[in-house]
Amino acid sequence: MQGSREQNRWLHAWATRWMIVKTALAEKLAYRGDFALGTLMRFLPIITQIFLWWAVFESLSPQDPTSGRISGYSFHDMVAYYLLTMVGRAFSSMPGLSSSIAKTIRDGEIKRYLVQPIDLLSFLFWSRVAHKLAYYAVALGPFVLVFFLCRGYFTSGWPDLLTLGCFIASLILSFSLGFYLEACLGLVGFWMLEVSSLLFVYMLFQFFLSGHMFPLDLLPAPFDTIVNYLPIKYLAYFPAAVFLGKIQGAALAIDMAMLVMWVVFFYLMSRWIFARGLVRYSGFGG
Amino acid sequence: MSIIQIDQLTKSYRVYQKKEGLAESVRGLFRREYKTVEAVRGISLRVEPGEFVAFLGPNGAGKTTTLKLLSGVIYPSSGSASVMGFVPWKRDMEYRRRFALVMGQKNQLWWDLPAQESFRLHQQIYAIDRNDFDANLSELTSLLDVQKLLGRPVRELSLGERMKMELIAALLHSPDVLFLDEPTIGLDVIAQRNIQQFLKHYQEERKITILLTSHYMKDVSALCQRVVVIAQGVLQYDGSLSGIIDSFSGSKVIQLQLGLQQSSLGLERFGEILKTDLPRVSIRVPRQNVSRVLAEILNNYTVDDVAVEDPPLEEVIASLFHSISESTSQAS
Repeated sequence: MQGSREQNRWLHAWATRWMIVKTALAEKLAYRGDFALGTLMRFLPIITQIFLWWAVFESLSPQDPTSGRISGYSFHDMVAYYLLTMVGRAFSSMPGLSSSIAKTIRDGEIKRYLVQPIDLLSFLFWSRVAHKLAYYAVALGPFVLVFFLCRGYFTSGWPDLLTLGCFIASLILSFSLGFYLEACLGLVGFWMLEVSSLLFVYMLFQFFLSGHMFPLDLLPAPFDTIVNYLPIKYLAYFPAAVFLGKIQGAALAIDMAMLVMWVVFFYLMSRWIFARGLVRYSGFGG
Repeated sequence: MSIIQIDQLTKSYRVYQKKEGLAESVRGLFRREYKTVEAVRGISLRVEPGEFVAFLGPNGAGKTTTLKLLSGVIYPSSGSASVMGFVPWKRDMEYRRRFALVMGQKNQLWWDLPAQESFRLHQQIYAIDRNDFDANLSELTSLLDVQKLLGRPVRELSLGERMKMELIAALLHSPDVLFLDEPTIGLDVIAQRNIQQFLKHYQEERKITILLTSHYMKDVSALCQRVVVIAQGVLQYDGSLSGIIDSFSGSKVIQLQLGLQQSSLGLERFGEILKTDLPRVSIRVPRQNVSRVLAEILNNYTVDDVAVEDPPLEEVIASLFHSISESTSQAS
């Protein structure tokens, strides 16, 4: 009896999540033109990045830029790395999440989540899953095309199955990490009416320290060690480094465990901030 | 047993006091002055199942704060409340499934999607049985005459149509208690009347308990048997609508239709002349003088018709609010 009630509750919870995903997907497709254009525009920086690194390698070895190396990265490695960070960021970046949470609090829209039998963080998580699915549907074609055109840069070919499995797992975990990390920042809105400056500082750090702009192993000591202990590296650098075989064996296992730990940490942190924020909101405002 | 019980409920806020000017803004960065605002001060109330109660009061009286307390959005500073046996601010999921809150200016529907999609999500969130959902949706959409609008994105609906959809979303799960905060705010006269008629019909059919705040007396007089007046966070009156006039209006209005050739000269000595549109004249007369004044007028003037009426409800309420705010400012 107890078991079947639990099972029903479990089924209902998953049916609700699926319904949220479906509704959020439908909403995303309402502005299909703008959405598709915005998605495709994200591919433009590839060209500038390739030119930038070409210029850097050309200055190192003017005769044959492809022969030069920076911290073990050839020009081909660098382009392959950059393309892979794009895949990582397609999972871990959460455009507009923090600011929309802060706005929900500031405008009082949060009442809806307090009055209805629904959990705000869970609702936002599954809405975000829908947004990502819509993004992949539009971006899959261009991604395949770009990787096909740039296949020559992947000099080592496809990684082995274990590495590929770790790469896929790191992408899914980086989505959860990105979500809960940015949710924590947005929930600061319970204390600060405006979080845009805080977000700016975070985005600045994330831009340089996630490995989005350059491989983190190019950083000089002690910064490389510091960055290695921060969670931000899992948002872009880590999945790319796994695919390229830069992290292997015990180091890979430790890093995967650390990633899981960071996801759990930020999940618990977001729950804690939300609970504290609600106490403050209910006590002071509304 | 009462479905809503409120005992000595109090809610005070601490608000930042910013003085005018740039210098004060800079000072505010380092030292802030706060003031405690008592939004609700010791309100006690009982509401029985199936009652339709209106909360009246000027802006900032504490009406919306009381609804927020009862829907569990905020905690009280002191006092207690229970709705259907639940303590609202514990936000029990079971409680959330059994009530609904509609705020006139807040949107719970997905802006870019047809309302139908939001309703489907509600069905899932509230775990509404498919047959109940279909029956409720069909009943509500036909009562509010919005069947043809279900497939249109919410952003393309008029304000009145949106409010109808909001009401449907709030009622799909057949709540036992409904809190309505200014449901007709900003609507035109026709939309207001449609919403009023719907709420009256629905409440009579389902016998649900409704607490309503509104500034439109027409909403209140059309819907509510019981009126609670709140001002300055304090309960000032609890009773019938007509009782407000008896309790707070010290005057009556005598409507005269004078005979042909009859001048209105001298009528001002009986009371305040509200309107002169010969042969009709309206005079406000203190309640205790009505019979004496009527006798004198009928003796001294040619009158074709006469009626004694209560002053308009809006006027009574306005003077009530005015006298409350005056007495409070004198006390402080």
